[in-house]
Amino acid sequence: MESLSNRKKVLEQAPMNFWERIYLPAIFKGMAITFMHMFKKKETIFYPEVEREFSENWRGMHSLKRDENGRERCTACGLCALSCPAEAITMISAERKKGEEDLYREEKYAAVYEINMLRCIFCGLCEEACPKEAIYLDGPIVPADYLRKDFIYGKDKLVEAPLN
Amino acid sequence: MELAFVIEKFVLITVVFVLTLLVAMYSTLAERKIAGFLQDRVGPNRAGPFGILQPLADGAKMFFKEEIIPTESNRFLFIAGPSLAILTACIGSAVIPWGQKLTFGDYVVDLQVTDINVGILYIFGVVSLGVYGVMIGGWASNNKFSLMGAIRAASQNISYEIPMGLSIIALLMVTGTLSLKEISEQQSGFVNWNIWYQPLGFLIFLICAFAETNRTPFDLPECETELVGGYHTEYSSMKLGFYLFAEYINMFVSSAVMATLYFGGYNFPFMYDLGLSENWITIIGVIMLFAKIFFFIFFFMWVRWTIPRFRYDQLMNLGWKVLIPLAIANIVLTGIVITVKDLL
Repeated sequence: MESLSNRKKVLEQAPMNFWERIYLPAIFKGMAITFMHMFKKKETIFYPEVEREFSENWRGMHSLKRDENGRERCTACGLCALSCPAEAITMISAERKKGEEDLYREEKYAAVYEINMLRCIFCGLCEEACPKEAIYLDGPIVPADYLRKDFIYGKDKLVEAPLN
Repeated sequence: MELAFVIEKFVLITVVFVLTLLVAMYSTLAERKIAGFLQDRVGPNRAGPFGILQPLADGAKMFFKEEIIPTESNRFLFIAGPSLAILTACIGSAVIPWGQKLTFGDYVVDLQVTDINVGILYIFGVVSLGVYGVMIGGWASNNKFSLMGAIRAASQNISYEIPMGLSIIALLMVTGTLSLKEISEQQSGFVNWNIWYQPLGFLIFLICAFAETNRTPFDLPECETELVGGYHTEYSSMKLGFYLFAEYINMFVSSAVMATLYFGGYNFPFMYDLGLSENWITIIGVIMLFAKIFFFIFFFMWVRWTIPRFRYDQLMNLGWKVLIPLAIANIVLTGIVITVKDLL
């Protein structure tokens, strides 16, 4: 059939000559190439000792942010949990009591806030969904662990350290 | 005298056995290191400095892993397979001459476990037996992939034994003896190495050695892309370790055979011109033999990380349509040259 796009190229393959057919020169050429690689610079980064620099839009472990007065920004609206495609986020909200104004910025806060790091796909949708700028994926690589239950990160691991 | 002889042979066998295992053990590390170097990586480097404890860690892992024997398998043969594989791999090194004589006072130690007059045939027989381990293990697993791998191993080894034997026949026409000791002695110096008389024979032998040890590019019996794990799909724990280990021992033994048959064995250039005492010549000779062996082991690994695996029909084509005619042509050529040389 005629080519419609006129971009079709007829590949011309000359029959292999004697040296090409016994393959040995090609094998030696390949072996010379691999041998030269022994003396090339190694690309390995020795991970725990040396860390590669993260790019600006790197998404790592989540952190729950505090505002300029050191109060937790999260108001437990649940938008992050709703937006999460992996259903990794769960939370239980609570009402702020009198005297707790220096702990929580909004009148409602997350008493329990858990992210299952085994489910999380680090897509960053929670970060985009958050109306209070409370959650960011600006942490390091989530470390390995032995038990599944240790991958459910609570507020103790997620909330930023207090200001002072 | 009788007791001294028994002790001498016992010590020699132990040393050779331990050396074989040691070399095979560190070949596993060398393989991974060389794979790393050829791919711009560094290879294992965590267990000890430069990873030199890695083989021990691997061995410990193999011992502590759970041992699974499939219920539908033939239990006796399932265990016999890897045992046979490692046994045949280990006994091959018995006839290799590691060096000349060492003299202690008036006691002379021959650095060869046994000098039987059909040394090459012995090695050939042991190598042929090696396929039984693979075959039995693959069959006893009661697994389609294992059986396919075992059948491939059997047909591949049978196909490549023929050109290997034919290439050795051409070599025997030059040497006139089957004893490895005498073949080594004939190659004294540098110009007498058999590689200068039998370059084509060596090439055929080398290719067949790759096929006999199931190394890439002929590792179809354990071809991961088609057969999961090939003949050792169902194996776990140290039985798997034995199969993998047998491959490295085979590699060591076939390197030693190649060095002995074609590259002068323990001979090195100018060995009698340096004015050294006989014992020193022997010791340097042993070191030179091991240098040659290590080069071949490196060559095995170098090829493995360069050349992709053959397709099955290509493998058979190469064996039956290329190597066998070439080996026969080599025999005829050698015969003509020897006859003409005798006439002159």
